[in-house]
Amino acid sequence: MNASAPPGVAAFSPPALSIERVSHAYGARKALDDVSFTVEPGSFAVLLGLNGAGKSTLFSIVTHLYASRAGAVRIFGHDVARQSGAALAELGVVFQSRTLDPDLTVEQNMLYQGALHGIGAREAKARARDLVGRVGLADRLKDRVRHLSGGQMRRVEIARALIHAPRLVLLDEPTAGLDIKARAGILALTRRLVDEDRVGILWTTHLVDEVRPEDQVVVLHKGRVLACDSARAVMRATGADSIGAAFGKLTGGAGEDDA
Amino acid sequence: MSAVVQGARRPFGLAGYWVCLQGIVWRESLRFLHQRERFVSALVRPLVWLFIFAAGFRQTLGISIIPPYETYVMYDVYITPGLIAMIQLFNGMQSSLSMVYDREMGSMRMLLVSPAPRWFLLTSKLLAGVAVSILQVYAYLVIAYFWEIEPPTWWGYLTILPALVLSGLMLGALGMVLSSLIKQLENFAGVMNFVIFPMFFASSALYPLWRVQEGSPWLATVCALNPFTSAVEMIRFAFWGKLDPVSAAVVLGCTIVFLAAAVIAYDPARGMLMRRGG
Repeated sequence: MNASAPPGVAAFSPPALSIERVSHAYGARKALDDVSFTVEPGSFAVLLGLNGAGKSTLFSIVTHLYASRAGAVRIFGHDVARQSGAALAELGVVFQSRTLDPDLTVEQNMLYQGALHGIGAREAKARARDLVGRVGLADRLKDRVRHLSGGQMRRVEIARALIHAPRLVLLDEPTAGLDIKARAGILALTRRLVDEDRVGILWTTHLVDEVRPEDQVVVLHKGRVLACDSARAVMRATGADSIGAAFGKLTGGAGEDDA
Repeated sequence: MSAVVQGARRPFGLAGYWVCLQGIVWRESLRFLHQRERFVSALVRPLVWLFIFAAGFRQTLGISIIPPYETYVMYDVYITPGLIAMIQLFNGMQSSLSMVYDREMGSMRMLLVSPAPRWFLLTSKLLAGVAVSILQVYAYLVIAYFWEIEPPTWWGYLTILPALVLSGLMLGALGMVLSSLIKQLENFAGVMNFVIFPMFFASSALYPLWRVQEGSPWLATVCALNPFTSAVEMIRFAFWGKLDPVSAAVVLGCTIVFLAAAVIAYDPARGMLMRRGG
């Protein structure tokens, strides 16, 4: 089923993530309104939006928690709703809320995640050692998660998201609640995944200082995409001298339109 | 360099399913072992009923000979299957609580992003809960043995096992359906009041149905229709090395219905998960 990628796919490889005209509503309240954008393989994309912009809803749809009312989400060409197995096998996720078992050790948490992806204990152990080492916590492998700091837990969650070698990783406000040093560490770690391993990243945040000029930026506001381009291009288009100012102009403008 | 982005996409084969199921049961057991107080309270609850309630009622409540018993049995022997089912009922509801809790903490979401089909993930999660409940039941039976509650032959300890798996699945699946309906964590008290107590008391767990019939025919009908009664009777017969086909069939049927309802409740396209907005 999922191995049957159509021939010629290598010739024009599909985007890592493609959001196609996705709309969703809770009752009468529209959470997402005709949202479209793509994340290319091996690129770092930032989903920028204030609280309530629709980021969480989009995350729930991409991670198959529930299906969108309209539109499609594809991960490397696999429709999340119809070929969820193949799509989710390519996807690693770091949720905003802490999702590690605090009573279990780092390694046990990693092995559980491996099992959820059908990776047997022996192979998962080897991968866990490798990945936990990579996020700089090799000496904490046998420690209970409870005894780690917030930043260290985030690192473990990133390592865990990589255990099945996904080619796309979603991180939902991964730096929320962390101090400046831990934030920088998590960001650097994630950027290394893009540079060294060609992992595609979708990073959601409301903190504009995490954006680099060459990053792809998707500005989501009140359920609509206001801009989708490199940060540099978004700044140029809005005539702003920083991505923060550009974001302010874009979302402020939308506010005026609505009023 | 590292394991990141290496290795081909593996299809989720039969071995993958097996690894996944093992992993879920293994995690649930580890969690259970770390929550000693949960184990103790799961054990103390039926023992309070056995040592205090049953002891008090021993003299007042005579049990006539009803199947599967061929002789007079003491009241504490009579209520043991009911208490075993109660252990599983509490465990099923507690797993449902843990799913609500898990979902809020996000680890339920973690489970649901596994590429395995959702029905398989939910069933595995159920089986993990059942495994834990069976551990609790056998711990109770060991203590009950020293209270001179034992099956007519040692085989009873073995023949009760399939009954425990089936009743555990039914009660766990019911809990899972409820977990998709519970809005907040605090509402477990509501589950106690509106699910656990009525199910337990309106059943043959504490008194045989013919006794209820004498008092209130209407209530006896309710008790007879309560699937928990079927679970209790199935366990009662199994512990005595016998099979009660009717109760076993009812439990099996209810398990299938509850399980289907749980899978629908957690279905991404029409599920109730959507209503709360993640």
